Amino acid sequence: MTKKPIDRRTVLKGAGMLMGSTALSGLAAPAVHAQEPKVLRYLGTAVNQSTDIAKKVKEDTGITIEYIPVTTDEVAKRIVTQPNSFDLVDEEYFSLKKVIPSGNLVGMDAKRIKNADKITPIFTKGELPGGKKIGDQGTAPKKVFYLEGATSKKFATSPTQWITLIPTVYNADTLGIRPDLIKRPIESWKELLNPEFKGKASILNIPSIGIMDAAMVVESMGKHTYKDKGNMTKPEIDMTMALMTEAKKAGQFRAFWKDFNESVNLMASGEVVIQSMWSPAVTAVRSKGIACTYQPLKEGYRAWAAGFGLPRTTVGKKADLAYEFINWFLDGWAGAFLNRQGYYSGVLETAKSKMEPYEWAFWMEGKPAEKDIMSPSGTLLEKAGTVRDGGSYESRMGSVACWNSVMDENDYLVKKWNEFIAA
Amino acid sequence: MSAVADRHVVADAEAKSASAKPSLFSRALPAWAQALPLALVFLVFFLVPLALTVMVSFWDYTEYSLVPAFTLRSYVEMFEGCYDKLPDLCVTLKTYLSTLKFCISVWLISLGVGFFIAYFLAFHVRTTTMQVALFLVCTVPFWTSNVIRTISWIPLLGRNGLVNSTLVKAGIINTPIEWLIFSDFSVIVALVHLYTLFMIVPIFNSMMRIDRALLEAARDSGASGWQTIWNVVIPLSKPGIVIGSIFVITIVMGDFVTVGVMGGQQIASVGKVINTQMGALQFPPAAANSVILLVAVLFIIAALTKLVDIRKEL
Repeated sequence: MTKKPIDRRTVLKGAGMLMGSTALSGLAAPAVHAQEPKVLRYLGTAVNQSTDIAKKVKEDTGITIEYIPVTTDEVAKRIVTQPNSFDLVDEEYFSLKKVIPSGNLVGMDAKRIKNADKITPIFTKGELPGGKKIGDQGTAPKKVFYLEGATSKKFATSPTQWITLIPTVYNADTLGIRPDLIKRPIESWKELLNPEFKGKASILNIPSIGIMDAAMVVESMGKHTYKDKGNMTKPEIDMTMALMTEAKKAGQFRAFWKDFNESVNLMASGEVVIQSMWSPAVTAVRSKGIACTYQPLKEGYRAWAAGFGLPRTTVGKKADLAYEFINWFLDGWAGAFLNRQGYYSGVLETAKSKMEPYEWAFWMEGKPAEKDIMSPSGTLLEKAGTVRDGGSYESRMGSVACWNSVMDENDYLVKKWNEFIAA
Repeated sequence: MSAVADRHVVADAEAKSASAKPSLFSRALPAWAQALPLALVFLVFFLVPLALTVMVSFWDYTEYSLVPAFTLRSYVEMFEGCYDKLPDLCVTLKTYLSTLKFCISVWLISLGVGFFIAYFLAFHVRTTTMQVALFLVCTVPFWTSNVIRTISWIPLLGRNGLVNSTLVKAGIINTPIEWLIFSDFSVIVALVHLYTLFMIVPIFNSMMRIDRALLEAARDSGASGWQTIWNVVIPLSKPGIVIGSIFVITIVMGDFVTVGVMGGQQIASVGKVINTQMGALQFPPAAANSVILLVAVLFIIAALTKLVDIRKEL
């Protein structure tokens, strides 16, 4: 403690130097940027915010993307409480039911989106490009895709000029498993609560998503068939949570996860052998050389989708910039980049033009890989000959059972979820 | 510790100047001026937000907005079933009980460990350089980010972790111990690992103020080592012990990250409940929970300061 004054002085000195250097760079800035810099503050979850995309945009359009990475919950919170703290938001369709009534997001003008009519019909009509209808329980994007007017707080039932979110990525989620430790085929969601995996199972600790996975389990056990898994009644919530609480008390779950990295760690370390997972997490486990399967299940997938939204505070030149960026995003390069990560892009046609035919065949058509499949960062993902888990776009997105959602009884659900955690 | 000491001095100054008669105002001016910056910081960054929190806790809310109308809804819902479900505990009581349990265990362990580390540093390490070096060693847990730190526990305590594989190889156990991680045990280990430093620093500070002649006097009067610790060192270290305890208790009461990660998100804590409610945009219940938590912590601190008059001792 006697050394304290010296320590403090050094700290002050350091702080002074820091301030000095920022002041210098501050002075230098106007000289470098003769015109107003093209900067977009991009709010979203870290999973979608790739430095490669930011680099490519800068090259192609001169727009500097400033990422603001936060959690899914935090994105919605920011839109409602601080709409002026970002210029563009990448958020999930399910939170729109909470966010749109706040009036802080405005409809995006379809006429200014070059590829608006090429957006996959999954969003606009709730069907595959071939015309096959897919599951629409929960907050399916088609239910919240259009607004009645530019600043309307109501979702339109038929197509309008005003789109809530322009799709960035979407996917069909399922359970991830460690085939090397389970050593038998897994075919149904009910395996999550199978006592065989006592102390080795996990779900995610986000109430609105966790309960959907729980609902898939309940239905697969034949205990109950929900009218809409994404919008349960109070008794349905009680029943579902009671079943999960029972399993929790019996020690079925090793841990719950909230952060993407936690799920990777649980799986890679072998603490957990079966759990709800997101596709890039499976890829991350596999890239460590550990076997991990994104297991297709007979009851289908729980799907989610995200897209770009415009806060009401982004107007004039900033809005032009946002539209320019979105048009670039739908133009193919970003779509191809996302498809190569196992996600799906909003406009398939343009993404296809930027992918090698063998890549397209592996990721989208479910065919065995002709060559080794590399990740965008250049690491080996799949050896030649392997087939993507779940197969083609049609068979994966075609088997969607429900979508991430916010229930009418969300308030009640959160209360019950806290009880579940405390049990 | 100087920050805390300063704060008390300022608080004292404020209290004195407030009670002074108006005629003394001009003489008290320099004191006011000195107290002003910190007082302003407190006002803007502590009192105002706190007042807002209390205010919001009485508001109503919908999915996406706050309704500024006075209601007890958040408080009523928080204690729903706490009385009529007895002897079964309601969620709020269960959560507080679990949080309190961690609080007490972490406090006791960190007090024990912290006291003896501080004792060693203060009385057995001779040179200041060595003391500073050892202090730096105590801060090692803070050298990495929270995420990395908590994630690194898995390779150590996990099912296939270092501890388990060593024990299995040594033949002490046959199957890995499951409760080493994602359990009450691992939460306590992680919290103690993190927060013992907050106990060491104030206790060390108190110990350095003890006149060494007192220890010699105790020895000369025939006291044994333990008697000296019990009758001389501990009473004189009390302010440090109380300050350290306040640090540890308040931090643990509000912690939800460590409890969450180390408890595998399966253990409830008051902070986690607040966090979940904030995530669902339910600000009033979250605010109400914070207010109750604050009251609970204030009670504990009041009880602790009853034991020792910190202002007098400093």
